[in-house]
Amino acid sequence: MKAIPSPETNMEQPTTTSTSHSHSGSPTIGEPMTLRNDTAIEMQNLSAWYSKNQVLHAIDLDIAAKQVCAFIGPSGCGKSTLLRWLNRMNDTIPGARATGKIALHGVSLLEPTLDVVDLRRRVGMVFQKPNPFPKSIFDNVAFGPRLHRIYSRTDLEELVEQSLRASALWDEVKDRLTSSALGLSGGQQQRLCIARAIAVGPELLLMDEPCSALDPRSTASIEELIRELRATYTIVIVTHNMQQASRVSDTTAFFYEGKLVETGPTDVLFTTPKERRTEDYVTGRFG
Amino acid sequence: MKTGRTIPQAKRILSNRLMWAACLGATTIAVLVLSALLITIAIEGTGALSWSFLTSFASRKPAQAGIIAPLMGSIWVCAICAIVAIPVGIGTAIYLEEYARRSRIKSLIQLNISNLSGVPSIVYGILALVAFVRFFGIRSADDAWTFGNAESIFYLQIPFGPSVIAGGLTLALVVLPIMIISSQEALRSVPQSLRQAALALGSTQWQVVWHVTLPAALPTIMTGAILSMSRAIGEAAPLLVIGGFLLVFQTPANLMSDFTVLPLQIYNWAGRPQSDFHKIAAAAIIVQLVVLLAFNTIAIIIRQKLQRPLQS
Repeated sequence: MKAIPSPETNMEQPTTTSTSHSHSGSPTIGEPMTLRNDTAIEMQNLSAWYSKNQVLHAIDLDIAAKQVCAFIGPSGCGKSTLLRWLNRMNDTIPGARATGKIALHGVSLLEPTLDVVDLRRRVGMVFQKPNPFPKSIFDNVAFGPRLHRIYSRTDLEELVEQSLRASALWDEVKDRLTSSALGLSGGQQQRLCIARAIAVGPELLLMDEPCSALDPRSTASIEELIRELRATYTIVIVTHNMQQASRVSDTTAFFYEGKLVETGPTDVLFTTPKERRTEDYVTGRFG
Repeated sequence: MKTGRTIPQAKRILSNRLMWAACLGATTIAVLVLSALLITIAIEGTGALSWSFLTSFASRKPAQAGIIAPLMGSIWVCAICAIVAIPVGIGTAIYLEEYARRSRIKSLIQLNISNLSGVPSIVYGILALVAFVRFFGIRSADDAWTFGNAESIFYLQIPFGPSVIAGGLTLALVVLPIMIISSQEALRSVPQSLRQAALALGSTQWQVVWHVTLPAALPTIMTGAILSMSRAIGEAAPLLVIGGFLLVFQTPANLMSDFTVLPLQIYNWAGRPQSDFHKIAAAAIIVQLVVLLAFNTIAIIIRQKLQRPLQS
């Protein structure tokens, strides 16, 4: 039930600050986060294409460590593409390419020589639809560690328990770790996928609309989980749901037609956006 | 509720019943023909079936003839065929589905494999005669490269001549396209989301294949393997071309042994004028069907065992 208070507090803020709309030009948007935190991801002049179709135009964006950053924007605005460049999943799509610079803790991600397998071990990803392997719950979580040649049963058991606890699933599944993951509900499956990603020990967690296939209750539990994981991981979440962005994220980036329109602390972006298009989008006038 | 042109109720019910009758009729015809075949074979053949029929060699006297040579020949040839065709078929399918980038060359290979699966098996026999039996004429049979002792199980000669290994490789050629295509379809049916999940966890391409794609596709691949082997065990034509023998009085001892197979033996006996030979041909057909059934049963059991952990 911890999930309920924070959306309310977030929802209150628009009413209190919407009167001071004239302050929206305040130039201090980028500062609070860079003062509080190190930068985890830096993007400079990032453009991306699928074949000849340019989907991202010269993106400059910094994402702070151990915070939740939400990418919002209408369908086809390039937010998922951007997310998939952060772990180079776009490599699997023929014709996908990118120019510019992305750095994760100073390591450049667009180098052709980059070891993408190693990168993906440092960057976990949770997909739109829960996609557990057709294996047992235990084997799902142990999948990543086993790729890293962790085979000792006690080590694996410990790691699986830690990961399932971290994803708030342990109490529900501890008695049936050997049964198939496909028997879990959609929300449980998605938390299992989060546990599976955590078990590899990533620095960064990417979530591509993780709640879009879930019912409201499961969504609430995932959102609560995201807020808890923020203490340990840098999280980037793509979402179509503006309330969700306002509930879970510290900073928000708004994309439109492949361009980064505006970015800043979530409460500021939702209450006193600088750009007209941002305001129209977050107030539901389009998109 | 009538709007525009609707088909009257009575007509719809009638056409429904007609289609039901037509489909039932089609099924009945298929079942009838099959059972007629099985019953005639059973009536004609069961009398000749006996333990000594299974354990004796061929003979001029139908009463004393047996099928030990073609039975063992079929098992040897099919085993070699399976050992070659299944791994090569699965490997090719994995390459084409999981590794090969979309390109002209890939489509060309794909087109060729599809076409090859429709090529009459006798054509493979001709190819095998040149490649395996004669070794492109590079060495003659009298002047063959020899490895090992003629008595040893590892005895090998190149060119192979009309031997067990040549027969097995010929059948492997025949079934390879079927094996590749069915494995490809099995791999293609594995959801892309599972591959993505494995990749995102830091799997190499091979780890994705080995830990995710292949286990998920294996039950379907097994079905393809059963189909391929069922085809292989029934082939006679290509083996006739490479010089498979109609009468053999020994069971294979190594890869270079002479061989015959059940379809060849059935062909030999069924072509004779004496009706007693027709009876033992029918008995051999029963044996062939039992072997086929045993193949399928084993495969189904394996498939069930593999499938269990996948179900919730």
